[in-house]
Amino acid sequence: MQTYISQKNSMKIIMITLIFLVGIAASIVSVCKGAAVFSVQDSIRALFLEDDSAARLIIWNVRLPRVIGGGMVGICLSLAGCLLQGVMRNHLASPSTIGVTSGASFIGYLTLVVFPQLFYLLPIGSILGAFLTTLGIYLLAYEKGVSPVKMILSGMAVSAVFSALNDIIRSFYPDRILNATGFLVGSLNGVTWKHIQLILPYVIIGVSLCFFLPSKMNILMLGDEMSNSLGIRTERFRFLLIIVSSLLSGAAISIAGLINFVGLIVPHIARLIVGSNYKYLIPASMALGYSLVVVSDLIGRTILPIGEISVSIIISFIGAPFFLYLLRSKSKNA
Amino acid sequence: MYFGFKDLTIKYGRNLVVEDVNIDFPKGKTSTIIGSNGCGKSSLLKTISRVVEPDQGAVIFCDKAIGKYNPKELAKRIGYLPQVHQSPTDIDVKTLVSYGRYPYKKITSGLTEKDRSVIEETIEMTGLNHLSNRTLTTLSGGERQRAWIAMVICQQPEILVLDEPITYLDIGYQMEVMELIKSLGKHLNITIIMVLHDINLAARYSHQLITIENHHVHMQQTPRTMMKEENLNKVFRIGAQIFEDKKNNCPFIIPEKSTN
Repeated sequence: MQTYISQKNSMKIIMITLIFLVGIAASIVSVCKGAAVFSVQDSIRALFLEDDSAARLIIWNVRLPRVIGGGMVGICLSLAGCLLQGVMRNHLASPSTIGVTSGASFIGYLTLVVFPQLFYLLPIGSILGAFLTTLGIYLLAYEKGVSPVKMILSGMAVSAVFSALNDIIRSFYPDRILNATGFLVGSLNGVTWKHIQLILPYVIIGVSLCFFLPSKMNILMLGDEMSNSLGIRTERFRFLLIIVSSLLSGAAISIAGLINFVGLIVPHIARLIVGSNYKYLIPASMALGYSLVVVSDLIGRTILPIGEISVSIIISFIGAPFFLYLLRSKSKNA
Repeated sequence: MYFGFKDLTIKYGRNLVVEDVNIDFPKGKTSTIIGSNGCGKSSLLKTISRVVEPDQGAVIFCDKAIGKYNPKELAKRIGYLPQVHQSPTDIDVKTLVSYGRYPYKKITSGLTEKDRSVIEETIEMTGLNHLSNRTLTTLSGGERQRAWIAMVICQQPEILVLDEPITYLDIGYQMEVMELIKSLGKHLNITIIMVLHDINLAARYSHQLITIENHHVHMQQTPRTMMKEENLNKVFRIGAQIFEDKKNNCPFIIPEKSTN
């Protein structure tokens, strides 16, 4: 009996590793492939040798930061969705469905418009926006505990308001927002080392905090009464989760803009693959978020003979059908 | 006071739920709160899990308000099972039971040898051995309730609080769960506090009954003293014939009619 359990769990670890390896493979291909194709040797030389070659310029300055930045965005959004679905105990929760995405980009835009010179304020603005939106929605939906239905509904309303405000800013100050192109369209085009540097501290803090959460998250899933009586300060823990998810989603949104689907579907796909135990769900969401974004961006960059399709569009195209397929096959098995 | 409510008042907004409730639960005994629907029984218990904050008064444990305890320390001594359970759909019995060890865990470490042996013992004691790898959703109502009780027992509490533990079960499972609770109370020598709707089962399995009526504690008595016609009339608005169950040495009633 004991071996049966551990076999099941080792299967989960294998799945997580496989997903991660897919992401790594896609990263390598991404670095080599593009409008200009380089051999693997050339690419490796470009990574380690600082020279003026075209390979170095394209691979080191353009493709590598894009892959790393994209991967980080994927990890952050997936983890944020994973945490939010736990906080609200609702599978529809994600940065985009509760309005965090638009809230974060609104405050992000606002910092760009008010302080056009201070580019490094952008992630702080986005994180602040994400935090305020999540907190606002939490308080709106709070009444002796959080009602998930209320939370989602108020999320939609808040999202509508912020989207409208975003449109206003975009039409009045198109020049100032041009600085952050990705910010507009949910694309990874133009992600540089500078962007990565900007968000790296927040990402590191957010992601490392996630590793301390699984056992508490598992208890939280048993409901407020149960988690209180098992010794968790439930409301305080929820607040912490809201902060961590805001750090993650705010950081991601500030360099990639409105990538809507990742935070919603990646935690679901991960749950379908490894189950709902957060000990596995968190690393699985990370691996899957990384891989989905990197693979999608690779496809988006290479599928057209000229130009590219933004990553959020590709994610919708491959993510959604795959998600539906998993949902269907799992419910048949059950 | 060992455990109980002191001058407890609960309001939801402007609606008074219960007022000035004083109940002293004797150590090592089984006490059951009964009363009509919406009389505030469950709200009272919810102040123990701190989901409901009392407007006045406090829940007292060993002469101290429970709010003064560290939550994890409290969780090692008081186990609480709510009426409605929530859990992920794919959770298996053993994993659920293991969550009862949460109060004993350090933030990063896994289960210790001690934890594992307590889990094994609890599963054995609650008769879940053959079900320990089954998913909760595949179990019958009674088995599922047994798994939840096992989880709370795994906390090794000295007080066990159960909010309507048999409400959704048919009579066979009701008896099974009540017998389990009784034997746990006896073997582990723990104090049990329950809310029940079935007066006959309450009378049979409890050392004392507490009735709530019109926002106040109406009576706190042994089942034999409690089960009188005028009391049942006052609390449940029913007439009743009262008999003696000689085999189980407790009173039982046959309700007659509503006196509304």
